Amino acid sequence: MEFQYEAGTGSLRIFTPREIDECAARALRAEADELIDSYQIRHLIFDFSNTEFMDSSGIGMLIGRSKKMGYTGGSIEVEHLSARVQKIFTLAGLPQLITVKGEF
Amino acid sequence: MIREQAQEMSIRFDSYPENEQFARMTIMAFLVDLNPTVDELEDVKTAVSEAVTNAIIHGYEKEVGQVLLTCRKAGARVRITVTDHGKGIADIQKAREPFFTTRPDAERSGMGFAFMEAFMDEVHIESEQGQGTRIVMQKNLHLLQKV
Ligand SMILES: Nc1ncnc2c1ncn2[C@@H]1O[C@H](COP(=O)(O)OP(=O)(O)O)[C@@H](O)[C@H]1O
Ligand SMILES: [Mg+2]
Repeated sequence: MEFQYEAGTGSLRIFTPREIDECAARALRAEADELIDSYQIRHLIFDFSNTEFMDSSGIGMLIGRSKKMGYTGGSIEVEHLSARVQKIFTLAGLPQLITVKGEF
Repeated sequence: MIREQAQEMSIRFDSYPENEQFARMTIMAFLVDLNPTVDELEDVKTAVSEAVTNAIIHGYEKEVGQVLLTCRKAGARVRITVTDHGKGIADIQKAREPFFTTRPDAERSGMGFAFMEAFMDEVHIESEQGQGTRIVMQKNLHLLQKV
C-alpha cells in the first residue's frame, strides 16, 4: 500500500487512504515511522481528506504515532476529518491527545 | 423490496487481514436493500470490521483459520454473527473494557468491543479458551422507507 505525502523541512503531511482498517493502519505505521526517522520530522500531520472509514485499528496507529512524536518533543496533528471519523475520534477520546484541525 | 420474512446469508473466509474489507463489503451489499441511513450502514460496517479483525488477529493470531460471518435481516432487524475457532478469550469481562488489549505490542487500542457496543443495540460474546469465539450483534434500523 502506498500513500501520498509531502515532506517539508522537519514537517511531514501524510494523506490517509479511503479506509483505515488493520491492513491500512499497519502500512501507515510502517511508512510514517520510516519517513519520520529518515527526514527527522518534528511536526507530523495526517490529512484525512480522502478518508471515509476508520475502525479502532486507526486509533491504535494514531496513539502510537503520537507517542513516537512525543518522545522526541515533536508534535502531531490531524486535519479534515469527516463527520464519521470525527465521531470515532471523539468516542476514543483522541482529541485530548492529538490536535484536530479543519473539522466539519 | 423489503421483505418482512427473514433472509439470511453466510460467508466463510480465511483469516487474512485483506479479507476484512471483503467482509465489510459483503455486509454492506446484503443490507443495502433495507435502505438504511448512511449512519446506520457505517455503524454496522464499523462493528463488523471490529469483530472480524478480532477473529483474525486475536483468535488466530499467526495461524490461518476460517472466519464465519452470517447476517440475518427480518424487516428492520439485523443480526450478525462472527465466529472463529481460534484461541478464545480468557476474561470476557476484561475484554469488554474500553482500552483493554492483550496486544499493546501490535498497537491495538482496546476499543474494538467499545465500538461494537456503541454502534450496535446488543453485543453478545460467547467464548471458550482453546475452542474459539462467537460474537452476536443486533441492531434495529430506523428505515427511511416504510415497509
Ligand atoms: N476473537 C477473539 N479471540 C480471542 N481473543 C479476542 C477475540 N476478540 C477479542 N479478544 C480479546 O479481547 C481484547 C479486547 O478486544 P478489543 O476491544 O477489540 O481490543 P483490541 O482488538 O484493540 O485489543 C483483545 O485484546 C483480545 O485479548
Ligand atoms: Mg479489536
